[in-house]
Amino acid sequence: MSLAELICPAGTPAALRTAVDAGADAVYCGFQDATNARNFPGLNLTPDELAEAVVYAHAKGAKVLLALNTYPPAGKTDLWRQAADTGARLGVDAFIVADMGVADYIAQTYPDIRLHLSVQAAASSPEAIRYYCESFGVKRVVLPRILTIPEIRDIRKQIPCEIETFIFGNHGLMVEGRCSLTNYLTGQSTNMDGVCSPASDVQYQRQADGTMSSELAGFTIDCFGPHEKAGYPTICKGRYTAPHRSDGYYAFEEPVSLNLSRLLPALIDAGVHAFKIEGRQRSKSYVRGVVSAFRQAVDDIRAGREANLADLVALTEGQKQTQGAFETKKWR
Amino acid sequence: MNTASDTSPLGKRRGLTLGSRMACTIVQPLLSRVVRRIAARHPSLFARLGPHQSTDFLIDPIELPFALHLRPDPEALVFRAVPRDSAPAPGAMIRGKFMLLLELVDAQEDGDAAFFSRDLEVTGDTEAVVRLRNALDDIDGSIAEETADMFGPPGRVILTRLRRRYANTENGAITS
Repeated sequence: MSLAELICPAGTPAALRTAVDAGADAVYCGFQDATNARNFPGLNLTPDELAEAVVYAHAKGAKVLLALNTYPPAGKTDLWRQAADTGARLGVDAFIVADMGVADYIAQTYPDIRLHLSVQAAASSPEAIRYYCESFGVKRVVLPRILTIPEIRDIRKQIPCEIETFIFGNHGLMVEGRCSLTNYLTGQSTNMDGVCSPASDVQYQRQADGTMSSELAGFTIDCFGPHEKAGYPTICKGRYTAPHRSDGYYAFEEPVSLNLSRLLPALIDAGVHAFKIEGRQRSKSYVRGVVSAFRQAVDDIRAGREANLADLVALTEGQKQTQGAFETKKWR
Repeated sequence: MNTASDTSPLGKRRGLTLGSRMACTIVQPLLSRVVRRIAARHPSLFARLGPHQSTDFLIDPIELPFALHLRPDPEALVFRAVPRDSAPAPGAMIRGKFMLLLELVDAQEDGDAAFFSRDLEVTGDTEAVVRLRNALDDIDGSIAEETADMFGPPGRVILTRLRRRYANTENGAITS
């Protein structure tokens, strides 16, 4: 049986402590800049905060993984190098990277620190994953959320590194690391600036009848009825009209969250080493609730008991959940 | 002249306005005290606000007779109760039931989940709201309990009762 480590999100020092106290085996976080894919206003850690966070986590037996999982624009690589230098100096346990240049810099400069391949690298084939392992010494790959469990099992047999899969949170199905939808509307890049649907470009408009529209950079991307559940204001989860669909439909994805709580035993059996909970942008309340629930579930499974996971649907996007491609590629 | 028994629409509106102004006057000393204490005990929250320290937030607890105007400028803090009809034009507005807003401040509820369920409404400058949320979420401890403690045992009893009632009440989307 794999160790089934629980990898938990932290957008603030308080959230990091909450995750550790709730039973995280490792917490992932980022700096307050474009070096990570949750570069949201008021979120993330300063170097001083990360130093304290590492001490706190290590004292309680948890690891700290630093996300440097964006792509440096040409000629602007210093910020990523400095972030890696700072992380190494502060004693992080691993770097989560996507860009080959960032991976190579860390592999050459800090060969004793683990490299994890971010989902932002979109490595979904044994060949691609082996390339990262052989070239940069990657120890773990975070798989895109587009693979079935049999496919994961098959990949596991063909690669020399650990596998981490998302088990809860954002159900990101775009080819991660290559999605340019936000860039198209706002001029800011999810992959290089680290922000999908920047809050400065988001507007919500409430009408007198209780309907609410969400807009990104002046474009309406969805309109919710008075009692209709809402989702994030991302283009990929917008609802649009088209010549053949005048009623408005989800052209890319629906606002729904991934929840693999029922598939944990099957994932462990397939050789998944670590379970990742998405949501660095979420609150301490979310971190506490989700991490505690999955901690209990993983412990039950390890002990040979049936996992009885708490109902987490209230925390899901659109208050809907799915097992997505992990269950079947015909989920829509 | 309108009297207390005046039930015409205009009379009702004037009565509501008068009640709202009285309520504002009563709670204002409390609000000033609370915000000064929170700012003194949690100075780090201002860094996460960044450029939005000077943004005017209007926090609208829908069942209370007034809204709350917050300008989180550490040099000139503003936190005051205002009648809705004379509230300043806000940079950002946050609307929901009072106890939901209180539990969000205390990280007992998740803001995104409250937004998904439509129990929480945000308009205006979304970045300002996101920064305020993240700043408050990084505070350890409970602002509600700190506030209740300022009033000794009666304050703690009131908070406990409010929370119990909130826990027993099914939340619903904002409809008004």
